[in-house]
Amino acid sequence: MKLLIQKYLYGDYGDGHAGGLEQATNQDQQKEWPLWEVFIRSKQGLDHKHAGSLHAADATMALENARDVYTRRNEGMSIWVVESKHIHASDPDAAAEFFEPANDKIYRHPSFYDLPDSLKHM
Amino acid sequence: MLQQSIKSFIQQDQQIQYLLHLADNALILSHRNSQWCGHGPILEQDIALTNIALDQLGQARNLYQYAALLITEKTGISTTEDQLAYLRDVGEFKNCLLAELPNGDWGQTVLRNFLMGSYQFFLYQELQQLASGQLKAIADKSIKEITYHVRWSADWVVRLGDGTTESHARMVQALELLWSYTGEMLEPCDYEQGLIGTQSSYIKAAWEAKIAAVLAEGNLVHPTNDWMQSGGKKGLHTEHLGYLLAEMQFLQRAYPGLEW
Repeated sequence: MKLLIQKYLYGDYGDGHAGGLEQATNQDQQKEWPLWEVFIRSKQGLDHKHAGSLHAADATMALENARDVYTRRNEGMSIWVVESKHIHASDPDAAAEFFEPANDKIYRHPSFYDLPDSLKHM
Repeated sequence: MLQQSIKSFIQQDQQIQYLLHLADNALILSHRNSQWCGHGPILEQDIALTNIALDQLGQARNLYQYAALLITEKTGISTTEDQLAYLRDVGEFKNCLLAELPNGDWGQTVLRNFLMGSYQFFLYQELQQLASGQLKAIADKSIKEITYHVRWSADWVVRLGDGTTESHARMVQALELLWSYTGEMLEPCDYEQGLIGTQSSYIKAAWEAKIAAVLAEGNLVHPTNDWMQSGGKKGLHTEHLGYLLAEMQFLQRAYPGLEW
């Protein structure tokens, strides 16, 4: 018998296994609320950053839950939520072909220019 | 026990009575909500209700601190917020009966928060306009928190009222149980009348409109019975408040002045 063992890192679900997918196809027996991913922008001008996940029955409740769970200590001024099943993640097993080819191509970094000293913040 | 001289002073000062009434409403409701901590139906909602309980506790503290300051100034006897919260007996508490009723199930809890939060919302809105100084500042701060409490609890009333057969039945039951305790909030007693000059008729009308709208959205029939319980504002409480205070005040009664 061949066992397929898949190892997922935190936050990786794999594409065929994406978050709420099973729940969505099993609406009738669904007792658990779907999972949502929460993104919070801490300041004007910054990007929304992934803050974590939570359970909620719908988008309204997800926003309120996110407010109550992730912004209690004044962390945010804007919240996005998206149901986890709508996020498609790269397959950790494909990490080799996905990411490693970029490892040795340092010429893709713009680090071969001589910059004048007066140029700041590069 | 609270010092006899402070006790008799409170009995004669309507401004202090009014502040204690507002503070007691916030404290008792906060305590009831805090009893859900660790027992919420789901982690996220457990945190949500605990946040609300903490907001209400903060409002109570502000009001007790203000009352304690006034008592200290007027009587010359140093008084603290803790003394007002922990050393008064059942008969001296002036919260509405609705605040002290047991939590019941989740439906009953969110409905109580909605009924009472909506009242607090319109009341504090009036206080923002009519009060001055410290009380206005407290109203300014509290109204933002209360706005969210009303939004959160109204969402739940609609969700459960318009949800499954069971959730609907439970909301109907909760509404039946709590309704006769709502009238007391809207009926001003002596220390409320004239002192701040809040227009109770405005608050009543606004509250009724808000409640009717949310009940309709939640597919819940508006109760028709208009016989109302009362007494809490004057210190005549249900049996439940005594048990609540026995638990809440135990530490300060057993170890006076204890800090941690």
